[in-house]
Amino acid sequence: MAMFILRRLGVMILTALCLTFVVFFLTNLYPNLEKLAKTQGNFRMTDEEVASYLGRNGYLEPLPVKYGQWMGVLPGWTTTTADGTLRGRCIAPDTPPESAPRFCGILQGDWGYSTVFKKDVGEIIGEKLALTGRLMFWVMLLMVPSALILGVMAGMREGSRTDRTLSTFAITTTATPEYVSGVLFIAVFASTAVGLKWFKGTATSAMENPTFENFFLPVLTIALYGMGYIARMTRASMAEVMTAQYIRTARLKGVSFPNIVLKHALRNALIAPFTVIMLQFPWLLNGVVIVETLFNYKGFGWTLVQAASNNDIELLLAVSVVSVIVVLVTQLISDIGYVYLNPRISVS
Amino acid sequence: MDALSWGEIILRILTQFIPVWIALIATFALSITLKRRLGLYGKLFDSPIGMVGFALVMFWVFTGIFGGAFDLITTHDVLDQSATMKNKGPGTPYTKLMGEVAPDAYPFYLLGGDNLGRDVFSRMVVGAWEVIKIAPFASLFAFMVGITLGLPAGYYGGKLDTLLSFLANLILAFPVILLFYLLVTPEIVLTGIPVYMAAVLFIFPIVFLVLLWNSRFHTQPGTRNLYVGVTLIVGLWLYSGIAWNADPLGLVSFPPNLLVVFVAVVFVNSPTVFRIVRGLTMDIKTRDYVAAAQTRGEGAWYIMLWEILPNVRGPLLVDFCLRIGYTTILLGTLGFFGLGLSPESPDWGSTINEGRKLLSLYLHPALPPAFALLSLVLGLNLLADGLREESLRD
Repeated sequence: MAMFILRRLGVMILTALCLTFVVFFLTNLYPNLEKLAKTQGNFRMTDEEVASYLGRNGYLEPLPVKYGQWMGVLPGWTTTTADGTLRGRCIAPDTPPESAPRFCGILQGDWGYSTVFKKDVGEIIGEKLALTGRLMFWVMLLMVPSALILGVMAGMREGSRTDRTLSTFAITTTATPEYVSGVLFIAVFASTAVGLKWFKGTATSAMENPTFENFFLPVLTIALYGMGYIARMTRASMAEVMTAQYIRTARLKGVSFPNIVLKHALRNALIAPFTVIMLQFPWLLNGVVIVETLFNYKGFGWTLVQAASNNDIELLLAVSVVSVIVVLVTQLISDIGYVYLNPRISVS
Repeated sequence: MDALSWGEIILRILTQFIPVWIALIATFALSITLKRRLGLYGKLFDSPIGMVGFALVMFWVFTGIFGGAFDLITTHDVLDQSATMKNKGPGTPYTKLMGEVAPDAYPFYLLGGDNLGRDVFSRMVVGAWEVIKIAPFASLFAFMVGITLGLPAGYYGGKLDTLLSFLANLILAFPVILLFYLLVTPEIVLTGIPVYMAAVLFIFPIVFLVLLWNSRFHTQPGTRNLYVGVTLIVGLWLYSGIAWNADPLGLVSFPPNLLVVFVAVVFVNSPTVFRIVRGLTMDIKTRDYVAAAQTRGEGAWYIMLWEILPNVRGPLLVDFCLRIGYTTILLGTLGFFGLGLSPESPDWGSTINEGRKLLSLYLHPALPPAFALLSLVLGLNLLADGLREESLRD
């Protein structure tokens, strides 16, 4: 087991390295750098001004060197400006160059500087992750129990009318992407045109003070899309378990139906959905980006959009590192959890 | 002129869709009469869920074809703006601020006007065409890539499998939206990367077909040469036009901003298909008929393409339907973030994005495309469900 986890960790680190390198490569293509220079300077810069801006800020070094600097395995770039002062990647504006460290990268715990927000990337990521974490917490709290109940109800009597109704509902929710359901919810519950106005159409105020009124719609929107999928998985696995021999034995013994479902079937039926719930995290990340943009909730997903549309290289890299870690860790947990839950599977 | 009541609006919309109704009824009548002779497709008409799904899908397919390609259903040009029609509700009579209304113009905006005074109904209809012309082909290409790589990965296993699976997992570990933001920007189009990606991805259908013919007919060189030759000539001609925009005859070309959308969608979908095909192959390759083929001394590609592939067609077909639905969602996502397609394009994602900005005041610009997208994806999911049920039955 330890060997298995170690090997998975190795693959994880390799994946994260490859992935950040791809992001690094794509964001450092010249047209992207040109866009960055123009948004940082002004939009009427000539080609020479762009080149000199990029050279001054260390963007024109070879790609592997820049990547090494970002990682913290190569010393940060330095240039001497016209008035003789030394500028560099690791030299903060108000500290003397001599006391600055030679290396500053991920390995030193320095995530770099965001060109859009004019703040330390580490600080931004921490703050935004907390906001999104709160959103995800409520999403999970709403999504997982309701999806499991839905799936178990549908799967315990396969083919019944309850099953048909609930399955159709589950299919409908999986067919409704967040930008459709979110728009529908805002239209029905938050617009002046319909006039119900039960909830707020934006969640900006939920960043300081989340209430049911301003936070429920975004949570519901994300939860609904993921819910259908988990419910269908639970239904399939529940339906399979209900046809097993030991369930028939229990029925013949005269165990009551609720008891069969709760004591005999449920535990076995929940193994498959567990994996699915874990693998839902990467999908939820997509939902988070859409919903945070739609409801203007300035969390992690919103930051991704800002970083990507402004080519904020270091912020974007940090965002991708975090999301990759989320994806890979949940995969790992789902694999390990599956082994523990299901005695028939063993790693060695 | 007075605005139409809701009853009249619905009646007029139903009238506009007459070509679609005729085509739908013809398809259903023909299919139900012949359903015993049509194999799996015919069996679909035994399952009510499958029929509902098929009807929804075909409704939008016909709407796309008649409305987008033949201009039959639309009432106004999708780009025509009229200053007096801005944000007007459904059923408002068509007027213009300047100039006379053409006498043969349709007299109403059936579902109202959007924030630029364009007809919401026509944009929704043409939006279907935007989806129909990209989603099925993108899914098909993703399947070609996934099958061509997934079969050997599952069949041979070993180092090849490890490498390909690592690459697939690498792409899957990207959040899709991040990938879109990195790939589908005007700056990336400038660097030419989408063209190179297209060059790699679009070679797979040709490779697939050549392998398919060669493995089957290599004992009959005449037939083999004919099939492979035709595939290569037609394939490479289309390939040069689509991927490199260098068609020697100048007939086939692909607009660059559409190409980048297409490539991004294929790129995102292929790893999932790869994983499915690989898993199915690993399961099937232990069967007796594969062992029998191996004993007969058949080549590896013959076994993969003519023994294993036909036996996994059920799950693959089901996934194909789901994947078209997912691709539709992805295209909507691209439109929603304003990536790739031009901002005035009538695709559903862009229209929803435009409409949501004024959502608290005007509902009519955002809701029709939202319901359209919802019903198409729902139809595809129901169709997949029906297919799964029917293919499990035999």
